[in-house]
Amino acid sequence: MSSRRSRSRQQSGVSSNITDEQITDLVSKLQQLIPEIRNRRSNKVSASKVLQETCNYIRSLHREVDDLSDRLSDLLATTDTDSAQAAIIRSLLM
Amino acid sequence: MTPKGVSLNPNSRKTKFARRFIFALSRMRNPIPVSSSIEEEVRTRSHKIKIAAYLSMARAVGSRRAWSRALLFKLRTRARRHNMIIRRRSFRLKKKRIIKNDPQGEPSQTKKLRQLVPGGKTMDMCSLLEETAHYMTCLATQVKVMQTIADHFAK
Repeated sequence: MSSRRSRSRQQSGVSSNITDEQITDLVSKLQQLIPEIRNRRSNKVSASKVLQETCNYIRSLHREVDDLSDRLSDLLATTDTDSAQAAIIRSLLM
Repeated sequence: MTPKGVSLNPNSRKTKFARRFIFALSRMRNPIPVSSSIEEEVRTRSHKIKIAAYLSMARAVGSRRAWSRALLFKLRTRARRHNMIIRRRSFRLKKKRIIKNDPQGEPSQTKKLRQLVPGGKTMDMCSLLEETAHYMTCLATQVKVMQTIADHFAK
């Protein structure tokens, strides 16, 4: 137990039970979620690379949300109301 | 026109999000005519749609997750401020408050990650990674549903 604690970072007065193994577990879980790393099929991705790719992925998702909102705003102006809405709801929720 | 062959679980996060988001969209159809140009109207509506998307997803997740709580809080305070239109210096000062994180040998990308995930600035490393994973899956769902809706509108 003490060896694990000396390996992990200095916790300045905050007693937290975070171990290195927990963190590596979580990092590998994140690794599985990121499309680029998942498709590359290499198991030797460093933690910093995973974090970097996570940041890039989240940023690209934010950008996609922005683009889609622009698109939806344009489309809302030009379609007629109830028929399209009913069709969407039916197909999405049925 | 048959949909893409997926039968959705009515209680899934995706369905909850889709319902709320479509409802919000339908409420935007009859806007109060603003005396601004068309481009500005499109831009404000686009911003409203974006906020509605994040709000719907945060509500669909509920208060179970730290990131959804933080996001709901942020959007509600922003809406409240927008409605009250009180410009006091105290608000601006409060915004500049810096929460100092003890570096503790965290990798440098953690700082960027904390800025991207709602509520990430005050989380410990473990929670940050967990919340990031959940946030990423929810964001991906959000994008997929928005894409589906946009494709349907475009037909």
